Amino acid sequence: MSGATPVPSSVAGPPAAARAGHAAGGRRQKPLKIAAFHAILIFASVVAAFPIIRVLGVALRPNDRLLDPNFSLIPPDATLDAFVHVLTETDFTRWIFNSLLVASGTALLGLIIAATSAYAFSRFRFRGRGVGLTFLLTTQLLPAAMLLVPLYIIAVTIGRETPIELMGTYTGLVFGYSVTTVPFSVWILKGYYDTVPIELEEAARIDGCSQLEAFWRVVLPLSTPALAIVFLFNFLTAWSEYFLARVLVSQANDLWTWPLGLQTFQQEFTTQWADLCAASILVSVPIVALFLYSSRWLISGVTLGAVKG
Amino acid sequence: MDPGKAGDAIVEVAVALAFIAIGVAFLEAILYVLLVRVLRTRLAVPLMLVAPAIVGLLLLNAAPIAWEFYLSLTNMSLKHFKPADVDLIGLDNFVRVFTKPVLKQVGFFQLFGQTLLWTSVNVTLHVLGGLALALTLHRRLRFKGVYRAIIILPWAVPQIVALFIWRTEYNFEYGVVNQLLELVGVAPIKWLTDPLWNFAAMIVANVWLGIPFMMVIILGGLQSISDEYYEAAQMDGASSRQSFRYITWPLLQPVLTPAIILGVIWTFNNINVSFFINQNEMETSDILVTALFRAAFQYNQYGFAAAFAFVIFAILLIFTVFYVWRTQALKGAYE
Repeated sequence: MSGATPVPSSVAGPPAAARAGHAAGGRRQKPLKIAAFHAILIFASVVAAFPIIRVLGVALRPNDRLLDPNFSLIPPDATLDAFVHVLTETDFTRWIFNSLLVASGTALLGLIIAATSAYAFSRFRFRGRGVGLTFLLTTQLLPAAMLLVPLYIIAVTIGRETPIELMGTYTGLVFGYSVTTVPFSVWILKGYYDTVPIELEEAARIDGCSQLEAFWRVVLPLSTPALAIVFLFNFLTAWSEYFLARVLVSQANDLWTWPLGLQTFQQEFTTQWADLCAASILVSVPIVALFLYSSRWLISGVTLGAVKG
Repeated sequence: MDPGKAGDAIVEVAVALAFIAIGVAFLEAILYVLLVRVLRTRLAVPLMLVAPAIVGLLLLNAAPIAWEFYLSLTNMSLKHFKPADVDLIGLDNFVRVFTKPVLKQVGFFQLFGQTLLWTSVNVTLHVLGGLALALTLHRRLRFKGVYRAIIILPWAVPQIVALFIWRTEYNFEYGVVNQLLELVGVAPIKWLTDPLWNFAAMIVANVWLGIPFMMVIILGGLQSISDEYYEAAQMDGASSRQSFRYITWPLLQPVLTPAIILGVIWTFNNINVSFFINQNEMETSDILVTALFRAAFQYNQYGFAAAFAFVIFAILLIFTVFYVWRTQALKGAYE
């Protein structure tokens, strides 16, 4: 889930690389100390990476050796059978399509609603502004499970009383996820707009722009990184959500997102271990790549009050 | 998959988004006429800007919460689901939260205790682990970028995937956790069926998941501390321990405090870990939010679950208000 609490903007300050390593200062460190630091970091890296590498190892195993207690990372008789099986003989591609569609819709909707409103919260003083901001923050405290109950009943009721169908539809999922992503997006973007110097807009207005034009031509283009972060966060929130999907679309196999689908690989007494591992890798690789690639901006987003949950 | 079906799906979402766009345009048109033409108010621009979010928040957040409050006063459940069968029963649900078992065996106070233990152990270990790693990484060091990239992997992997994997690895016979223990001569542990070990298993998985976030946040905080302080301290002959005690630690607080508040809220609300690692649905491994989900969607006690949800929310709200007030963590956000 997402959360929002502002952190002083000083944190978002200069790029990490530029000022790294002050602790070493000018003095030289003892080799023994350096070795100890490397030892700590190697240990942490192994702990962090081991479960992930092991998944790769299992996914590459032939089917008859899945439960073999064997720690070799890449088995000698490695095979891509599990990947082929997942991609061709299960509904995996369908789940991925569903997740992509729902996550993109959610991210877009959050952005559309938040981009302008956050500007108003950042630049204007109007009655109800404080209440609005407090409300935005309070929504971040709501446990996800708390909103599931009314959303479920409302979806059922709307389906019964009106022609709009929210149970077992993509639309229902997109709206359901927007419940958490919209307030979050407004809060993050407000934090970002706050850091855009107001002098830039004043200059634009002296040149004859209206306030809205100044927003459109000056503030919005400057905020591209923040808009991208918000899109990404919203996308990630919807991408790996399980519970709302379970409540709204578990009856409709065609609409399963990948968290619902992957679950079928693992029942209480039988686990399709290789399929689960192969599917996990297929699901994670693009996300991890995206995450590492964007981690610099993500982290500045984090310090503005955002986080992947 | 069938391209026709995929097309239909995309059209469905596009239509839904188009409806929203039309709705927003319509709303703005009305506001324009009303505020600019009729009332001629100076507030027209901000009100028009903020209107989509206000409507969105009212429909998506305020309305469901209000509806949930109404639900909490009713006896709605699977048995009493049709409007005709739903009766108002006053505060009975709230009384029941505190007096009867929430699910089958465990009562509210035990669940609350489990949640407190879960939250405090996790956040403590997240902060200590994150601090240790950040301090180690924050220096001139070879392969620094590589270490950092590897260590944040648990944060980068989708949490659900990580938990499916952890759950499988906790298997008594063929999970890697017990296999590793066997290598060092420890008897296998019943991670998924023994209540105490299952709780430990939840914490191990969540510590693994949560340390990278704290590390990254703290690293950001360390980088914002100017070198000059350390240089001055060094000139005055301060030891590295004193530097940490009197420079690093106090100057880290503006970053650490909000991170801890967030960490507490997220851990308290983390439904994923307890739900997936607790495969056998032992109530001793439930925390408040997983019990809430089960009460609502496995026991189908909607009215009761709504009341329970408000109790949980009240706990979080009290904690947050108190902590924010004590630490002034939100100063500046409203300016």
